[in-house]
Amino acid sequence: MAKPIIEMQGIVKRFFTGSPSELEVLNGIDLTVWEGEFVAIVGASGSGKSTLMNIIGALDRPTEGTYRLDGENVQGLNDRELSRVRGAKIGFVFQTFNLIPRQTALQNVELPMLYAGVKGHARRRRAWELLDLVGMTDRATHQPSELSGGQKQRVAIARSMANDPAILLADEPTGVLDSVTGRLVMDLFQKLHREQGKTIVLITHSSELAEECQRIVTIKDGRICGQRQGGKASYAVS
Amino acid sequence: MLFRENVVLALRGLWANKMRALLTMLGIVIGIGSVIAIMTVANSMTNAISTSMQSMGASNITVSLTQKSDSDFVAGGSVRLFRSSSYSEEDLITDEMIEQYRTAYSDSLYAVSLSENLGSFTVESGTESASVNASGVNLDYQKAQNLELLQGHWLLQDDLDSGRRVAVVSDEFCSQLSLRDDPLGKSFELTYGNQVYTFYIVGVYRYEDSGVVLSSTDEEPSTDIYLPLSAAKAISHGNDGYSQLTVVPNTGVDMQSFLEQTEMFFSSFYVRNDSFTVTATSMESMIESMTEMLSTIGLAVAVIAGISLVVGGIGVMNIMLVSITERTREIGTRKALGATNGSIRVQFIIESVVICIIGGILGIAVGVGLGSLGAGMLGYAASPSPGVIALAVTFSGGIGVFFGYYPANKAAKLDPIEALRYE
Repeated sequence: MAKPIIEMQGIVKRFFTGSPSELEVLNGIDLTVWEGEFVAIVGASGSGKSTLMNIIGALDRPTEGTYRLDGENVQGLNDRELSRVRGAKIGFVFQTFNLIPRQTALQNVELPMLYAGVKGHARRRRAWELLDLVGMTDRATHQPSELSGGQKQRVAIARSMANDPAILLADEPTGVLDSVTGRLVMDLFQKLHREQGKTIVLITHSSELAEECQRIVTIKDGRICGQRQGGKASYAVS
Repeated sequence: MLFRENVVLALRGLWANKMRALLTMLGIVIGIGSVIAIMTVANSMTNAISTSMQSMGASNITVSLTQKSDSDFVAGGSVRLFRSSSYSEEDLITDEMIEQYRTAYSDSLYAVSLSENLGSFTVESGTESASVNASGVNLDYQKAQNLELLQGHWLLQDDLDSGRRVAVVSDEFCSQLSLRDDPLGKSFELTYGNQVYTFYIVGVYRYEDSGVVLSSTDEEPSTDIYLPLSAAKAISHGNDGYSQLTVVPNTGVDMQSFLEQTEMFFSSFYVRNDSFTVTATSMESMIESMTEMLSTIGLAVAVIAGISLVVGGIGVMNIMLVSITERTREIGTRKALGATNGSIRVQFIIESVVICIIGGILGIAVGVGLGSLGAGMLGYAASPSPGVIALAVTFSGGIGVFFGYYPANKAAKLDPIEALRYE
């Protein structure tokens, strides 16, 4: 039995609590993601999937409910501890890449390790390894402005892997890419999942991409309204 | 934490926006520049003045007759109602006292110089004229004042004993009267009261501009001429005593204790004098208070100039706020990648400090340049003080921290979700 990476029980998120315009975005989410799983979270705009992603990514705290990430209880943590949890356990991949401008690809990959306190030499070596993994070593000293969209996203994926996080959290990673480069990026996720056994949570509104995952979790109006196995998944849920 | 990385990051950011960085720094550059320029000029002035005062004899002790203060009387237990405020013949320092003093301290004494000022005169020779200040002096005067003789000789003991009408004049005086070729033996006249006295030139000394007085160049300076003390006293019908004398101790003599001994020696003659006593002061203490005063003035002006630094600092703060708004997404990303609020704060404070320190360094260059120019125009050697420069760098760094803190703190407190969503 694999261990659970994400354990959510009765997660509720309200905004403007106590005011007349109080808004309940998530109303009672129970979700468990096991180690080594490739899960897609799908939902229309406004369904609450972004809020759920923020909570999974320890960027936000739930109003109610319990959330354990890789065995660590997240609700009670202060800002500083949340930063540490994000740096150590979560690898973010954003729709718009969010590489730091004027920093080379290599420096971008080093950044999470810098915040995690990895020393210079080890940091550099690990960054090279990761760029090699995503096939970007020949662009290592280029700045983001000199890279194409697909290349940027590959560097971003290498960066997300820097501290060997418990999960990769990808928010519409192919959203602004054309279908060919989008395909390459998805292949890279598949490779990381297959070869490194990474737990990946993919947030998307594209059902086509979701079909590639092992499990599809559908969110509607702040609730999980369905879970099923992905159609094209190459491995079954363990 | 991540100090080096942050500095490199800040430098790269500034390099990418050179024009903006330069304009941001301008306030700091001007602020630091003006402070340094003012301090440099003040410093040069202080140095020039103290050097020229040194050349006038920093080791000289001036012994002068001074009025006793009221507290002296109270201490003495008897308060006098009638005290004369001007000294009479019997109050003066006598030759006898000086002789005793010479004997008592012969080991420590280099020179005891006496002088009697006759006042200012205009000496005319044909169409030319020269203004002079005439003083009767003794033999030691030359030693005490470090006068360098160019021609002839100093006053002789014989001249003093017999009160001969001879004079030692300056080279400047000679050139003013076109006596340059052979002034020795030439005569000139001084009118004192309604009497005319004729003096013969026996020596010429080198006139040195004291540098203290800023005189306009087209005006010819008034120089000193030295007459035998006895001759001067004969002319002025002056008293036999002295109200003031200058003592020069030998090198190696402890100034402070010698000063005290000298004062004690002379004041012992004045224990019974109701109104007067003798005090001894040294040029050194005068230089000290003068220098202190000048640096205080310099500092005060520099502080006023420093106000422009505050304006510069606000400029930096403004740009930092703009920069943080522009980089909201970057801040959000960094937070998602594990940056704590603290490390974001440190990053932006370092950036602001880097801006300010670079501005400070440019300001020092500008300030030293302007200061040298200013000091040069006033005729002093420029001397930027390393202390002030170090202070300027530290201070500009301080401005960076002070004005960078608010924007940096704002950046640190950004909500990562909002920041990531920022367009």
